[in-house]
Amino acid sequence: MSVRKVEIKEEEIEEILLLVNRMYGYDFTSYSRASMQRRIARFMDDARFKNFSEFKFSLVNDTSVFDYFLQRITVNVTEMFRDPQFYTAIRKQVLPEIASYPTIKIWHAGCSSGEEVFSMAILLHEAGLLKRSKIYGTDINPSNIEKAKKGILPLEVMKEYVANYIHSGGESDFASYYTARYENAIIRKDLREKVFFSQHNLVTDQVFNEFQLILCRNVMIYFNSQLQNKVIQLFYNSLSTFGFLALGIKESLLFSDFKNKFEVIGSHEKIFKRIQL
Amino acid sequence: MNKSQKEELVVIGGSAGSLTILLRVIKKLPDDFSVPVIIVIHRQRNVLSEFTTILTNAFKNKKIVEPDDKNPIDGSCIYVAPQNYHLLIETDYTFSLDYSEPVKFSRPSIDVTLESAAIVYKSNLTAILLSGANNDGTSGLISVVQNGGAIIAQDPETAEFAAMPASAISTVPGIVVLSPDEIAAYLTGINSK
Repeated sequence: MSVRKVEIKEEEIEEILLLVNRMYGYDFTSYSRASMQRRIARFMDDARFKNFSEFKFSLVNDTSVFDYFLQRITVNVTEMFRDPQFYTAIRKQVLPEIASYPTIKIWHAGCSSGEEVFSMAILLHEAGLLKRSKIYGTDINPSNIEKAKKGILPLEVMKEYVANYIHSGGESDFASYYTARYENAIIRKDLREKVFFSQHNLVTDQVFNEFQLILCRNVMIYFNSQLQNKVIQLFYNSLSTFGFLALGIKESLLFSDFKNKFEVIGSHEKIFKRIQL
Repeated sequence: MNKSQKEELVVIGGSAGSLTILLRVIKKLPDDFSVPVIIVIHRQRNVLSEFTTILTNAFKNKKIVEPDDKNPIDGSCIYVAPQNYHLLIETDYTFSLDYSEPVKFSRPSIDVTLESAAIVYKSNLTAILLSGANNDGTSGLISVVQNGGAIIAQDPETAEFAAMPASAISTVPGIVVLSPDEIAAYLTGINSK
């Protein structure tokens, strides 16, 4: 076995990111490097490119290679009721406050294939708020959005989601929220009706509505500090006064320019509230 | 940030059977130990782990930190890779986290942290692999050695689960095999460099 590993150089990463931006309009140049480097190396390995120039040539000349690249370079790992204690906090601390709005608007930025969006629809349903809610799920990756719009999940993963749901404090029959058909589960129609999926790129796109709650979980970990600040600004501008921002369990506003513009609601769950300054 | 905080880094990877070894090694570190240490240890996913609490309670005089994304690396801390994330290091000596698929069924993956640390710290990195039942870490140690870092495996004779250090020893040339007490002595040596 050869113990020598091929490593992709820093300048090669820069070259690829500039190329992708110029040719396909996806700007990954402000993504954090460590993770990007790893995923590009992994992509080259999976697609069996022998060297950097072969990889570059294919990426330029074959759009299907780019589609696969986009799929692999963006992280699309998600689950329903991910981090159950986070959903407990949403149930107890956030929903009672936003319930006073006549129409509740929620934005899941970077929603992947929609699992967490459907989880939110279930929470709203259980709190009796779904009928006057609108949930917007956006993602950079068009194939994620197509998947999310269908609302179909593999049945085998639902078992794991049941456990998450129960840990989050769910007391209903989880199986009543979907219809099982062969190997798949289809999310119930009334839950899907309040959910709107569309493509949105946090790097280049703008404010499109005003929300009482924005969730962006495990998305900004892939951005460098400058881009994080820019995106938090976008969220700040998209929140109603005293609106909530929810991040991933290991994400923080502490290292951002915005630590004084939000109040900490759940320090472990990473739920923040916009305050007037 | 003073100079010494940036210069050296220690990464310790462990899996089954590594907790008692870790406790023993950390206990032997001198009070003035000022090289940042990152511990990557496999834990069950979606079960809240007590690992960080155990360390915090065992070593009241040390700062045990589970870093958030973008946390700067500080020489006075022992960092524990958070559950369900891969822990990476940026060239500006901050942490970054990654929620992508587990590698060799592990998230955090020892390989991922070692590969990323090797690129940034090069010859100033010391990587240590402890007891474990799979072969996570072997690939990461290759990156460390390629970048000029030092690599150490726990002597499989002293390990409750020998597979992990044994895999590295049989694959990566130049690996130093040490007992737990020798590992502690080695780390103390780095500190007084």
